[in-house]
Amino acid sequence: MSAGTPTADLALLLGGLLAFMLAATGIGLMLQARYSRDRSNAVVENLNDRIRSWWIMIVLMGIALIGGHAGATLLFAFCSFAALREVITLQDIRRSDHWAILAVFFVALPAQYWLIYTEWYGMYSILIPVYAFLLIPIIAVLRGDTEGFLMRIAGVQWALMICVYCISHVPALLSLDIPGYEGRNVMLIAFLILVVQASDVAQFVWGKLLGRTRIAPNVSPSKTVEGLIGGALSGILIGAGLSWITPFTPWQAGMLSFVIVMLGFLGGLVMSAIKRDRGVKDWGHLIDGHGGVTDRLDSVIFAAPVFFHLVRYGWSLT
Amino acid sequence: MVTRILPEIVATALVIFSRFITAARAIWLGAAPEARQRVYFANHTSNGDFVLVWAVLPHRLRQVTRPVAASDYWLKSPLRAFIGQQVFRAVLINRIPEERTEDPVTQMAQALDGGDSLILFPEGKRNTGEDLLLPFKSGLYHLARMRPEVDLVPVWIENLNRVMPKGEVIPIPLICTVTFGAALHLADEESKEVFLGRASAALRALAATTDRPRT
Repeated sequence: MSAGTPTADLALLLGGLLAFMLAATGIGLMLQARYSRDRSNAVVENLNDRIRSWWIMIVLMGIALIGGHAGATLLFAFCSFAALREVITLQDIRRSDHWAILAVFFVALPAQYWLIYTEWYGMYSILIPVYAFLLIPIIAVLRGDTEGFLMRIAGVQWALMICVYCISHVPALLSLDIPGYEGRNVMLIAFLILVVQASDVAQFVWGKLLGRTRIAPNVSPSKTVEGLIGGALSGILIGAGLSWITPFTPWQAGMLSFVIVMLGFLGGLVMSAIKRDRGVKDWGHLIDGHGGVTDRLDSVIFAAPVFFHLVRYGWSLT
Repeated sequence: MVTRILPEIVATALVIFSRFITAARAIWLGAAPEARQRVYFANHTSNGDFVLVWAVLPHRLRQVTRPVAASDYWLKSPLRAFIGQQVFRAVLINRIPEERTEDPVTQMAQALDGGDSLILFPEGKRNTGEDLLLPFKSGLYHLARMRPEVDLVPVWIENLNRVMPKGEVIPIPLICTVTFGAALHLADEESKEVFLGRASAALRALAATTDRPRT
């Protein structure tokens, strides 16, 4: 565990990210000068698009981390909103689903994040899986349209679980009460996001370098065994190396990173299967080079609730 | 001052709101977002159609682009009249021939002569049925004959009909796209039927390029 004050640790972490981003930007520009003078090399241009978008995401995350409880809750509430908008767009909704979807966006989403903000664990754990689950079909059935009813309702419920319930477990990390870790909970968010995203990037890089054996050719042809192993090992190493910002020992941080990385990978696979079924490559177009918000968050979505519960049962007093 | 600033504020608010709900994105397939005088003609499924086209246009183009809209709708209440006339600077035309004091096509031509571009919904009313497009009214043809040099740009608005179906008051957030195709012009000796068929086909072709498979 780290010896510095919470503020000093956060400054150190953000400073490190800044240095890393400056280095990445420098490398991107050098590659462009060398291989893509006329902006024609698709790989280099996509890399630079991604780096530019990473700047925006990291600045947003930095502001949220500095903004503390309210800032982080608000940022992820907006992520949920944007992701939900993307996922619902791809569903076969009908006019008669209008009220149910209004309730999902403008009642369930704000209520969930309000409960997260007020740290009411008993209620935010069941609001969506129990109450929203029951209310959505009730609202829909009042419109009297039975065609495709189960599919429509299930789709809306699923979108709500994925985009709101799961993502809301990222800011929920702030409500944990870990002895000796007071005032540092935002670092748990940074840990989770960094491990997931670093492993995503590492899987991409290892896959490009060594990838031979496709792991799920029917679902996501770009994912390979070599990429997964390289990415997972990189993620675990980065997670263990980040143990100084967490309440975990390096060994524990590595084990938790393993869980995070595997869930992230499998989550990405699940989301790919849905995209494939719907006949789209990306969920949206909000982030240059990355697709939509859901594309960027798909691995975080699956890892967040499990990471939250592991830390809660293993380290927290609440 | 207030009379110029207030419409600008309301316009900005409407654009931000429509972006919040729809994350609207322009796809320029055959035309570029450049300062040429144009008649954008689009499919019409929702009252928000015009705002969405407006929202995806760059600010400098938005300022010189006016919708063609029905006066019976936009003059109904003082609020609508303010939004229609001050905020959108709509060219208000009367849909009922017997009540007309001015010819709609002449009104549109005058707006073009003033240097502005237009947004026109050639179906003439909102399409709430199953068909992709309703048959076009002849206004687009007459306008093309009266001002043959102006670019007629097809614009396909995708998904807005699901955001706010007819009869609903509050919109649901769904992603919308606005696709701009290559400009059309009236050919020599082209008949009304052939030209309108060509314009309608251009819109259908744009619809076929959108992501979502249509059932």
